[in-house]
Amino acid sequence: MTSTYKDSGTASLKDEEEFTDILEERRCTTDLGYALRTFNPQPYKGAPSSSTSDLKKAVLESQYLRYIAKEIALETGSSVEKVRQEARGILEEMSHNLQLGFIRLMAYTVNKVFKRLFRSIYVNMEGLNMLQQAIQESPVILMPNHRSYVDFLIVSFILFTYDIPIPVIAAGIPLASMKVVGEILRRSGAFFIRRAIGSDKLYWAVLSEYVRTIVRTGCAPLEFYVEGFRSRTLKSVVPKLGMMDMVLEPYFKGEVFDITLVPISISYDRVVEESLLALELLGVPKPKESTTGLFKASRVLQEDYGCMHVNFGRPLSVRQLCEGKINRSEYNLIPRDLPQRPSTEIQDCVNWVAHLIVRTQEEGSLISPWSLMACLLLQAPITTLTEEGLQWHGLTEKTLWLRKLVLDFRGRLNWPAHTTDSDVMSSTVALHHSIVHHKAGRVCLVQDGDPASQDPLSPEEGVMRTAAAVLMLVSYRNQALHVFVRPGILATAIHITKSTQKDELFSFFCFLRDVFANEFIFIPGRASQDFDEACSLLQKCGAVHMSEQEVTVLETGLEVLSFLQKLLQPFLDSYQLIFRYLCENGAHVFTEKQFLPAVQNLATKLILSGDLHTFEVLSSDTQKNVLSALRRLEAVTKLRASQQNEYKVNKAAVRRTGDILSGKIPPESLHAIPDARL
Amino acid sequence: MCHTFPALTSDRSSRICSLLYKHGSSMASNSSGSDSSDRQRIAQQRLSVIAGHLQRPVEGNSGILAAECKAQGDKLDVSSERRTVPRRRQEIMKWNGWGYSDSKFLYNKKGQAEFTGKRYRLSGMIIPGLREWMESTFGANLQHKTPAAPILNSSAVQPPTLNEAFLKELKSTGIPFSHDAEDRVFRSHGHCLHEIFALREGKIGRVPDLVVWPNCHNDVVKIVELACKHNVCLMPYGGGTSVSSALECPPEETRSIVSLDTSQMNRILWIDEKNLTAHVEAGIVGQDLERLLNESGYCTGHEPDSMEFSSLGGWVATRASGMKKNIYGNIEDLVVHIKMVTPQGVIEKSCQGPRMSTGPDVHHFIMGSEGTLGVVTEVTMKIRPMPEYQKYGSVVFPNFEMGVACLREVARQRCAPASIRLMDNEQFKFGHALKPQVSSIFTSFLDGLKKFYITKFKGFDPNRLCVATLLFEGDREKVLQHEKQVYDIAAKFGGLAAGEDNGQRGYMLTFVIAYLRDLGMDYYVIGESFETSVPWDRVLDICRNVKARIVRECKDKGVQFPPLSTCRVTQTYDAGACVYFYFAFNYRGLSDPVHVYEQVEHAAREEILANGGSLSHHHGVGKLRKEWMRETISSVGMGMLRSVKDYVDPNNIFGNRNLL
Repeated sequence: MTSTYKDSGTASLKDEEEFTDILEERRCTTDLGYALRTFNPQPYKGAPSSSTSDLKKAVLESQYLRYIAKEIALETGSSVEKVRQEARGILEEMSHNLQLGFIRLMAYTVNKVFKRLFRSIYVNMEGLNMLQQAIQESPVILMPNHRSYVDFLIVSFILFTYDIPIPVIAAGIPLASMKVVGEILRRSGAFFIRRAIGSDKLYWAVLSEYVRTIVRTGCAPLEFYVEGFRSRTLKSVVPKLGMMDMVLEPYFKGEVFDITLVPISISYDRVVEESLLALELLGVPKPKESTTGLFKASRVLQEDYGCMHVNFGRPLSVRQLCEGKINRSEYNLIPRDLPQRPSTEIQDCVNWVAHLIVRTQEEGSLISPWSLMACLLLQAPITTLTEEGLQWHGLTEKTLWLRKLVLDFRGRLNWPAHTTDSDVMSSTVALHHSIVHHKAGRVCLVQDGDPASQDPLSPEEGVMRTAAAVLMLVSYRNQALHVFVRPGILATAIHITKSTQKDELFSFFCFLRDVFANEFIFIPGRASQDFDEACSLLQKCGAVHMSEQEVTVLETGLEVLSFLQKLLQPFLDSYQLIFRYLCENGAHVFTEKQFLPAVQNLATKLILSGDLHTFEVLSSDTQKNVLSALRRLEAVTKLRASQQNEYKVNKAAVRRTGDILSGKIPPESLHAIPDARL
Repeated sequence: MCHTFPALTSDRSSRICSLLYKHGSSMASNSSGSDSSDRQRIAQQRLSVIAGHLQRPVEGNSGILAAECKAQGDKLDVSSERRTVPRRRQEIMKWNGWGYSDSKFLYNKKGQAEFTGKRYRLSGMIIPGLREWMESTFGANLQHKTPAAPILNSSAVQPPTLNEAFLKELKSTGIPFSHDAEDRVFRSHGHCLHEIFALREGKIGRVPDLVVWPNCHNDVVKIVELACKHNVCLMPYGGGTSVSSALECPPEETRSIVSLDTSQMNRILWIDEKNLTAHVEAGIVGQDLERLLNESGYCTGHEPDSMEFSSLGGWVATRASGMKKNIYGNIEDLVVHIKMVTPQGVIEKSCQGPRMSTGPDVHHFIMGSEGTLGVVTEVTMKIRPMPEYQKYGSVVFPNFEMGVACLREVARQRCAPASIRLMDNEQFKFGHALKPQVSSIFTSFLDGLKKFYITKFKGFDPNRLCVATLLFEGDREKVLQHEKQVYDIAAKFGGLAAGEDNGQRGYMLTFVIAYLRDLGMDYYVIGESFETSVPWDRVLDICRNVKARIVRECKDKGVQFPPLSTCRVTQTYDAGACVYFYFAFNYRGLSDPVHVYEQVEHAAREEILANGGSLSHHHGVGKLRKEWMRETISSVGMGMLRSVKDYVDPNNIFGNRNLL
């Protein structure tokens, strides 16, 4: 009934996994019959059967919440009863209301929609089997990456299909305010978290107790996005730790024997909201989630979005991950119901686990041929793309070359089998007709012109129009970046330092890793492993020769090195530009509100004058990342007293960072700083 | 006064006897006729003979009994044959297993489990369920035997390193000693798994070079003086029931090691009926102490599971805890006065005041010192009149969580019976497997009916239910009242009263479990118990996590069969509970089972500490748990203990290297 195929992308045979198209079977049966199928999952064996009202009651009556309520009452001068009433309100707003009937409704609808949107949804059955096993042994946390609204219910949909307990899912509060849909989601297991909780102590308390109670009792698997939100760039986002803390605490405090984390990698051939993403990044505000908006978006149902891959990763035992890293006895001296600030050791561990999960998600995601093409298209001069177009056969050749490199770098490639390479190429381009078109042996960028508009575009508007198209391309390139990042950083280090000394390269590698820690996911404390990995990959593909102390570039490796270096060049250019802006702009104190448009203006000017070759700096994501990086490097500090996110810049420090980045001055021997414990 | 010393004829009372041992002669033949108050009649009925033990001569009606050092040839000498432990332990005890030589589990020709001997209630009985339980729990098989080395091969024992000068002076004191291989081997070990396992394989490591048997405090003073003079290492030996490697000779010790066996210092020197105290030599073992006090109508109420063999001095040195501590207290509550001989001289308090504010209590340097500071020679202990009435009981709970909640409530209301223990499901099943063959169809029919009632009618899941065993003590009316109170609380947590029989069997289990381990070891099964104490809010977590950790570690270490990993809550306190774990597994297919066992136990201890449990509730530290002492009591704490040791014993005469 179901077609399976081997994930041909993986280099080693043992990683080879079977993916099954779960839509195929759905297409043969009635939707109603499917929605009404018997659903009888095997839950976590220790879990008592508890209803949502039991859960709420347990949260409200917890010692922890009582304690916090008393504390807040004391601080604010209001009565404990009032605070508890408020807590009840928060809980009502937050709480999920998982009901099997609505799961069926959800399954029915989702099934219909997905069959329309996607050709196939591939799931690795082995991962599902492992998950099924894991759910019976300990509380399970499902941790998918988040690239599209579509993936919000995909995991529930799959678990329903395979008789596995339905998860409760952490969602942003805007979803809850959608008419009807919000309620349907709530009854399908979503619980809602406010954005920007800030220092609302009561809210934190209710939320964390709610999450911990779910984990402690194991009443349902918990699903949440460790990246915190949907990645607008389709690149992994540096994980947020708040939720991760709450989820892991029951293990730290010994309330459960173990917790199982299941990283899930969801990859799309084509993302439903691709054009919205680019506009959002350029500062066009994101449409508010609303039910009517959803219906308007129904025109997306007319489109073809190719395939979707859901790769359930190997379940990870928190106990095993944390072994030797933490000492749980630090919780022994304070009653566990009372809040306790975790030690830095614990915090570091949580951070490490969160990064590890995101890295695992990256490793589990599948790279489509289109991502490879995007990498290459972006390395062509922009005028070629927008005007005469890129030679088709050149692109084909390069893409095939890149395919080999990805395999060398142990990337998972989703390259259709039993199809000729040229068919793959043309069907890929056809799928992405909204971004490029292929005509007369050339490939051009599609720019969203408004034909109704009579006025010619101003040059600035022209830049923005091109930027929107380029940023779409960028996001597909980003889906492949994680494979190239480590060797890419080494290639960049070789390019900038012109050194062959391993220790010099390592220290520059560490510097880059540090500067770009907001762009790419690096597991804390693993600098030397990352460096070793980069070295061995470059050596494997014949780009460099390694000796004890030296790294020598081989003639045959120039192509690889130049590709990698160019791949990361936009990041270097963007960072340098913003550094320059901060140094040359007069103000020592600025707000985020001033900063973003000012950088955009400067960049637009430079693009027009031909002095800047990347559009990526126009993305608010890049701009915010630079700011975070500088704050981390302590070149920029956030003013505490300030209401509106004011920053103070240390120009000398920013300049120094820029100078190191351009190779003018060597980095301080970073590797002398001992790696963090982890 | 007189009526507290009933004219005893052939009967003697002992609660443990009634629990542990077969009743001796008939109970009804003993009433002294003239003196027949209700209380006394009951007390007398409870008196029973321990087979083979002679009657203690009855003293006059003086309130105080006194005896002095045997070495000085006092008339009041009590013949040592009456006592359980002879100088030559090998005469009655196993050299490579637990307890009496005549008592052991075995599978008879029909393949049924049987307990031999005549000493215990279970003796001579068939235990029909045991075989199936062992086969299904461990995957053990009667075809796969691992018999122990039958006899102690003296040639495997290293010749003694004797300190001639010490020996010469020791001889002149007339204190008995021996360097016979058997005597030395008997005192070279406690009852840790690795110790017994090695003996069964005939492997013998470093053993003491000499054994001395002081008869009284003054003998000990002489021995310690000589040891200091000649730089000999002394290791006190009481009942030999240690499970902390405390008796292991440190392999790095190059001096002559002398085992100081206190077993012959076993008299009650006096009983003070006005203050209700007894002054006792520290070598007396628990069963003798109780029995002798019972003869006078008293008891200490201190009943650790090892009480048949463990000694008063050992209790003090390890901070022992007894089953009935809820009424009588733990050893630290029972002790009024201690005399200990150290290299610096004798330490004791000047009076017997019930409480003092005189700086830190020096008794607390002694209690828990584990033989590193000196030898406890005499102890004044509180005694109580024997309880008039005793009643066992049991409660079945639908699950362990409810059971713990009930125990917590009992503790909150401070109405714990003399003993209250909660066994988990696995241990409940274990207890069931130990039911002796029922004699009548009626009993088995009743059992079936009970089972039906609990599982079908009340809906308890047989794989989740657990049982609490209870022991009430006191005057009859109060016991019944108390019983009702406890059962009422239990009912609030879904508990159903499950009869006296279940309760009594639960307690019997603790005495025979050590014998059972020997049976397991005959069939590839090794195991042991360990304990901890933990605040109430962590009891469930620690039980779950430690049991799960054991299972996981066994799997990781390549154990081929699922292990038995079970626990019980054995003591309740205001602020927490004592939890006891049993862990055993079938080691077929493992090349170094003891090493695997030790790794798993180590991991389990780590888990206990990570979950807020203590390093030990009553087993002590010894050498087995030394590595965790610093994190347990802090560096400053270690420094304090170290400085006491340095002052009291600068030359490390008491060189067993326990604790620090």
